[in-house]
Amino acid sequence: MNKTIVIVGGGPAGLEAAAALGSSPHHVLILEKEHETGGKLKNWHHLFPNFADAFEILKSLEKTLPLNNPEVKYDSNVCKIEQMDGKLLVLLNKGEKINADAVLLATGFDLFDAHKKEEYGYGIYKNVVTSFELEEMFKIGSFPDHLKDGMPKKIAMVHCVGSRDKKAGNLHCSKLCCITGVKQAIELRKHLPNSSVYNFYMDLRMYGQHFEELYQEAQEDYGITFIRGRVSEIAENSEGSLQVKAEDTLSGRPMKMVFDMVVLLLGMTPASSTTPISVSLGLPRTNAGFLSPLHQHIAANETCIPGLFLAGTCREPLSLQESITDARAAAFKIIEWLKLKDNN
Amino acid sequence: MEQAGKKRIWGEYQKDIAEDHYFYVRSCIRQTFFPGSETTFLRILRDELFKDVFEDARHTTCTGIGYHTDIVPFETTMTIAARHFALMTEAGYVNFVPSCVTSFGIYTEILDTWKHFPEMEAKARDFLWTATRREFKVPENLSHTSDIIYKFRNQLAASSKHHLIDKNDGKPLKVVEHIGCHYAKMFPKCGIGGAEFPAVLSGMVEAWGGEVIDYPERRHCCGFGFRQYLIRANRGYSMSNSKKKFESMQPYQPDFIVANCPGCAMFLDRWQYTIAEMEGTTYNESGKGIPVLTYEEMAGLVLGYDPWVMGMQMHQISVEPLLDKIGIIYDKKDKYLGSKGQYIGVPQQPLFLLQ
Repeated sequence: MNKTIVIVGGGPAGLEAAAALGSSPHHVLILEKEHETGGKLKNWHHLFPNFADAFEILKSLEKTLPLNNPEVKYDSNVCKIEQMDGKLLVLLNKGEKINADAVLLATGFDLFDAHKKEEYGYGIYKNVVTSFELEEMFKIGSFPDHLKDGMPKKIAMVHCVGSRDKKAGNLHCSKLCCITGVKQAIELRKHLPNSSVYNFYMDLRMYGQHFEELYQEAQEDYGITFIRGRVSEIAENSEGSLQVKAEDTLSGRPMKMVFDMVVLLLGMTPASSTTPISVSLGLPRTNAGFLSPLHQHIAANETCIPGLFLAGTCREPLSLQESITDARAAAFKIIEWLKLKDNN
Repeated sequence: MEQAGKKRIWGEYQKDIAEDHYFYVRSCIRQTFFPGSETTFLRILRDELFKDVFEDARHTTCTGIGYHTDIVPFETTMTIAARHFALMTEAGYVNFVPSCVTSFGIYTEILDTWKHFPEMEAKARDFLWTATRREFKVPENLSHTSDIIYKFRNQLAASSKHHLIDKNDGKPLKVVEHIGCHYAKMFPKCGIGGAEFPAVLSGMVEAWGGEVIDYPERRHCCGFGFRQYLIRANRGYSMSNSKKKFESMQPYQPDFIVANCPGCAMFLDRWQYTIAEMEGTTYNESGKGIPVLTYEEMAGLVLGYDPWVMGMQMHQISVEPLLDKIGIIYDKKDKYLGSKGQYIGVPQQPLFLLQ
């Protein structure tokens, strides 16, 4: 018998899960809180490690969706999910209620709010930008005027902003910022050949395929300088340049440098839109605040709530590739679960 | 700089400041080096704002200097703080107002410790009872004296005689505001505006017509940290902190510096002389140094108080150029008269930073 599967979130994980579920006989409905699908991917320009075009990848994810299934509802925020008679009742902000046989949470993540790191002056000093804003600059090919006058420029990239930071309330590592920092540093050098780029890092977590090679390329081919040490504060000079204080742990000395722009590599934090859902269902969270699966190793897409599944970065920091694979696994689990439920 | 961004942070760090009925405790350093400032604070509160301010001559040092140099253990400092709270309780007050920023930090730290470790409060009560047979209530409100002036800054502006404006060109005076480290760096939530962009002094400056300078080393310590200067061998390091600040603020050519910590005001004032003597370097266009004011002095000038009655003749950097800029009338003849009008003698003139 055809079931109703609701996917909360139309980002990469939601789209891929919908595509995987599309070949099943069930009715799939994507609830997307914005007016278009794509999640954070639609704001990205090029992806690590091979500078793949984010727009092309998004289009290919959307193309795999079978016609008319899934149905997509835009501007639909889920404010509550309740368990009811063996099903899940999904309540939307507009008042609509949907009776689902299974729900897949693919709600993604939020980027860390850089305002919280007051010492970095984001929102106060105009030349302090985030990795997200830098990606937008790459996408539209436009940079602040003071970087375009042809004079040599110095740009700093600050790793681990909002990650591995007790004071920011986030002990977890966001996993992807290191490689993002390397990628964006290379792109800066490509767009602004006159620039010198300095990456201030704690560790460089080059865990994936070709990540380490890209890091080597960044140093050897693009002359990017990597300084192991945290940035303690950023202040603005009278003409708008930025004074950055940091430690260089390798030489064991504090340092102070002046930059034309500072990029804050933002960490991943749990999506705030998931809070009403997890509260209404009593869904546990990990120590880092992400949605907790039933078992980290052998049931990473299932939860303690029958019929509720997780995919993608709503449960932990994942790369795009990992999110897509995770979504397929979640889709498989949903089909399996519905079959078992029917047989029982 | 985006002021909206700063205001957003200020908005997140607001604190409850008592309206009236203050139990006031003095500062070792401020009494010694800026006695006129404490008198000015009391005059402002009592005569301008008609507030009830009580002080008990039996209160002592908070032992902050000793505590922060590992001479006085925390339990002792805690018990002395408890004794001050007992004096406050006996006098029937609940709002505790210290003059010194380090004291403010001490009391904040103690109250926070007691909140998280109630057994420490119990210990303090036990020690106090054993030593003095006194008991106390924890203050309902703990605010620094600069918080009080900040709270009433607009009211004071309404009755001001002068503004922080250069009378020669009508432009706001450029002011460097320096916040004592112990005000908000340890407990940002206890400082107006937090630790990164504190608003307690900038709020006063802007309310009274001045313009706040944001320079790169704004947050840096002035070097008054006790470990830095108590040991003679460390004093170069202490001075280097102030030097770093002066070098950073120099391009902005501030008209004066204002501080809410008595130690900071002393160091920023005195070290300019020392640096001038050692290196021949001064930090403003005139070569006479940047005047350094306590916030009480700043408030007093705005209200039209006599600078010599406030004790500003005791500053190392002469304040007359600043007074002239604001348009404050003062009598040079009265500069070295005592409280009874008697001539107390001119101090030895420094070799550098002469007016």
